[in-house]
Amino acid sequence: MMLRIDDLRVFRDKTYVLQGVSLDVPQGEIVALIGANGAGKTSMLRTISGLLRPESGRILYKPHGNGEEIDISRVSAEQIVALGISHCPEGRGIFSRLSVRENLMLGAYLRKNKQAIEQDYRRICGVFPILAERARQTAGSLSGGEQEMLAVGRALMSRPRLLILDEPSLGLGPIIIENLFNILHDINAEGVTILLVEQNAVMALDYSHRAYVLENGRVTLSGPSRELARDEKVRSAYLGGG
Amino acid sequence: MNIQYIAQQIVNGLILGSMYAMVAIGFSMIYGIIRLINFAHGDVVMIGAFLTLGLLQVVGAPLPLVALMVLAAGAVIGILIERAAFRPMRGAPQVTGFIASLAVSIMLQNLGILFLTAQPRNFAFPGYLQKVIHISGVSFRMVDLVIMMCALSLMCALMLLVNKTRLGMAMRATAENIDVARLMGININRTIMATFAVGSALAAIAGLMWGGKFGQIDPLLGFIPGLKSFVAAVIGGVGSIPGAIIGGFVLGLSEVLFVGLLPPIYSAYRDAFVFATLILILLILPNGILGKKMGERV
Repeated sequence: MMLRIDDLRVFRDKTYVLQGVSLDVPQGEIVALIGANGAGKTSMLRTISGLLRPESGRILYKPHGNGEEIDISRVSAEQIVALGISHCPEGRGIFSRLSVRENLMLGAYLRKNKQAIEQDYRRICGVFPILAERARQTAGSLSGGEQEMLAVGRALMSRPRLLILDEPSLGLGPIIIENLFNILHDINAEGVTILLVEQNAVMALDYSHRAYVLENGRVTLSGPSRELARDEKVRSAYLGGG
Repeated sequence: MNIQYIAQQIVNGLILGSMYAMVAIGFSMIYGIIRLINFAHGDVVMIGAFLTLGLLQVVGAPLPLVALMVLAAGAVIGILIERAAFRPMRGAPQVTGFIASLAVSIMLQNLGILFLTAQPRNFAFPGYLQKVIHISGVSFRMVDLVIMMCALSLMCALMLLVNKTRLGMAMRATAENIDVARLMGININRTIMATFAVGSALAAIAGLMWGGKFGQIDPLLGFIPGLKSFVAAVIGGVGSIPGAIIGGFVLGLSEVLFVGLLPPIYSAYRDAFVFATLILILLILPNGILGKKMGERV
């Protein structure tokens, strides 16, 4: 397991937003986390990347296949980035006053090797040609879809082993979503493990290997995505019909 | 009233404006990064002025060296203030930080009175700086020229720092979204500390300029530059560095022109005029001249 979350409890605004969540992210897979608004999905991701501190529980992360597990539940956000976890936040979190290139370079903020950074920059511009075209524009001038590409590209600039995405499809049209998920699939095929939060359960279950359903801060269902997509409860609650 | 007279007033306004701008930059940077209205910022000007006085007249160091030392000391003071007063308030409502900054300001002023006495002290730069220069009817002292050159070169250095370096990029990212900056791996505590260091260094050097320009300093001198740089920062669009520079010059120029061009009986109203200018500009441009909408952070 690359990431093992064990009985995680997070307290915020006078309530427990996560009340004892356990989930596993195996190395090399795409894992989807689905659930309604307010189920605790975003809090889950923010706790993994160190923006929120859990009350109790452990987040065990194994950066290398046969290396040691470390509990990152008390590690600072910037150190977690250095360990190879990249979090593409809710609402994209683009620095709208900075240029597109600066946004991408911030993704590589902790890396030292300038040549390798430049190489990755060109690679990401190859995946998202629009970013190369708009390199000098302020990121705020991009369309929603372009901003999503920028956010994903920026998250990749840190060369993550685990990529965390919070609702990448939010506010995008169906063609762009399809395109985006194909890119995520390719990224995963190159060896990056992905943990994905999605409201768009159809896409999420279609592209992921396994999925967890979160309700009111608890995992209520989990399993291989293909099986969940056939599950009656999931179909009626998240896939729009029976 | 002739053209030379007006030119003279404009020169005076630019000199005053460059000092306001030096203080306003730090004020605006600090607001930009942690949304803190820092009323202790003006008191760093006072500390800078007294440090200059001590180094020049007690130690007898040469002026360029004094300037470098004042810059460095200003940076250290900024870091200490942030560490002691503002870091513990991180995440608290905006008004908490504002009140903390008032407390720091009052404390610094009273420490000044305690150790330095409230008695104003004469402040004199070496003789060569007092020389008056005349250029086609406009006259200014050497010290004014030094203030302008010093202010302009520091502004250029600052723009390079903010726009071209890794630290500057981290500062801009943190100012825009602190959480996402952390997700990039930026150490925000260090970035905020650096912002205080840079802003306070500029305020301290403004103290050196203030003393040289007006020739007298006392422990309460920071209040007026603090307040006016706040006005300058708001006029320019708080959070924006070019805005703070423009705001400083707009304020300095309009203040001097007001005093210089209207009949002398109105000159006592110069501070009232400063705030009237603020109100007028905010009525037309609610976010200041270069301000972006400073709404909620998304």
